[in-house]
Amino acid sequence: MMEVARPAKLDVRRVSLELYNERTDQSLAVLRDIDLQVRAGELVSVVGPSGCGKSTFLNAVDGLIAVTAGQIMVDGHAVTGPGPDRAMVFQHDSLFPWRTVSENVMYGLDLQGKLRKAERRERARALVELVGLSGFAEHYPHELSGGMRQRVNIARALVMEPQLLLLDEPFAALDAQTREFMQVELLKILARAKTTALFVTHQINEAVFLSDRVVVLSARPAAIKAVIDVELPGERALALKHTPRFLELEQRIWRLIEQEAERTGMLTVA
Amino acid sequence: MDDQTKSVGQPHAEELAQRASRSTARSRSFWRRREHALLGTLSMLIFLAFWEAAVAFGWVNPLFTSSPSRIVRTAIDLFADGSIWTDIQVSGLEFLIGYGAAVVIGVPLGILMGWYSRLDAVLDPFVSALYATPRIALLPLVMIWFGIGIMSKVAIVFLGAIFPILVNTITGVRTVNADFVKVARSFGSSDRQMFLTVALPSSVPLLLTGLRLGIGHALIGIVVGEMYGATHGLGFLIATAGARFQTDKVMVGIIIIAAAGVAMTELLRLIERRFERWRPAVGG
Repeated sequence: MMEVARPAKLDVRRVSLELYNERTDQSLAVLRDIDLQVRAGELVSVVGPSGCGKSTFLNAVDGLIAVTAGQIMVDGHAVTGPGPDRAMVFQHDSLFPWRTVSENVMYGLDLQGKLRKAERRERARALVELVGLSGFAEHYPHELSGGMRQRVNIARALVMEPQLLLLDEPFAALDAQTREFMQVELLKILARAKTTALFVTHQINEAVFLSDRVVVLSARPAAIKAVIDVELPGERALALKHTPRFLELEQRIWRLIEQEAERTGMLTVA
Repeated sequence: MDDQTKSVGQPHAEELAQRASRSTARSRSFWRRREHALLGTLSMLIFLAFWEAAVAFGWVNPLFTSSPSRIVRTAIDLFADGSIWTDIQVSGLEFLIGYGAAVVIGVPLGILMGWYSRLDAVLDPFVSALYATPRIALLPLVMIWFGIGIMSKVAIVFLGAIFPILVNTITGVRTVNADFVKVARSFGSSDRQMFLTVALPSSVPLLLTGLRLGIGHALIGIVVGEMYGATHGLGFLIATAGARFQTDKVMVGIIIIAAAGVAMTELLRLIERRFERWRPAVGG
């Protein structure tokens, strides 16, 4: 085979999406002409005004919702439904309360049924260790704190060794402190797992801190309003959040979202 | 994978502290539960003492009220001469067969009806109608079909117990947390896997609730069934003793049934509590 220029890891081409509401018998335009390419190894965040359709976009990439027009390609293959090349870290940790930490991490492998039980166990063990929960493999979710449960949630997705990791506001339910620490942890985990990631959040601060690029969506129907390159020097540590460069980026993105909110009347200025 | 195996960090101290504080909270509530039980026992003892005193001082006629000491004496006599054992055995057997059949049929049928909506559509009118009917109203029919012997009581116990089991199991299988369904779908679950890994385990708490409610209904079936027509059994004992104004004997029968009911219900409540964590947690 000839080595051609590798296509983007994720290639979203002119995607529009309408959701049909059975009760009102009306269609709601949620996404409009989304074009986005994510390169291998990149972490791209998606932000936008509340309710603009960020999560819907992520669900469409995961294949949980079908798009109305356009195409979503992962590694050159069109997305038609959930597949092993993508794995989602859910907003609510949604861990199965009847499975232990390691059994939760094994869930996707259990469904696949490709590996032997011992191999599945071993891969789960490695991932539980990766997210720093070695001593808790046999604990049940209710015995863990919110931050620990989110680590399991991340491990459950990473164990599938996905080409593309999708994260739907994974830290939204955490308290502010735990959230900051988990951001640093996530960067370390992703660096080790060498995964491409698409990250949805409503926290601009979080998006800037984590990402190589931040995609700003407009109010619904969401179109891409801007794509901001996050060029920050050095290692991503929490201290970075207080540097002028960081604050400047944060301000810039916030103004974009503010514009959208004002445009749609979500923000009333006294 | 190899380069992934090295841990990149331990849970933050904050998280460990949270865990610790949660476990002290648990031990504190353990003592609070003890206090609850102690107060309950105390109030029960005061009630019994008052009851005994009321009879001893002649405030009430023991022919109507009996008294704790009389009940104990009568119970000792009944167990000594052995007659009550037959009644306990007969009632116990009726419960075992009737309730056992209700579980063996009700749980699988409930799971099937919960999962296959077509089966549910076919059977639901019968289940809903019979669940709403007091099953005791069927006693005369059951007697005509099965006679005065043990089988008619088995049938009425079965009819009493199966509906709460059935209805709760159906609801349990059907009310699956939407988040879990989404997770399973995202990981590429087939319908069969969705059933086995999500619907079935999440139905367990409600299934156990059904089993617990079934016990109460089964006991009602035994007592009323035996009162209506029987030759042995605790309900029969209560009915015949009552007709002869043997209040002490009536009380003994009531207490045995009540004790059996409380013991079985509590046992199931304990099991339910173990599985309580299977119910999806609310909030973060």
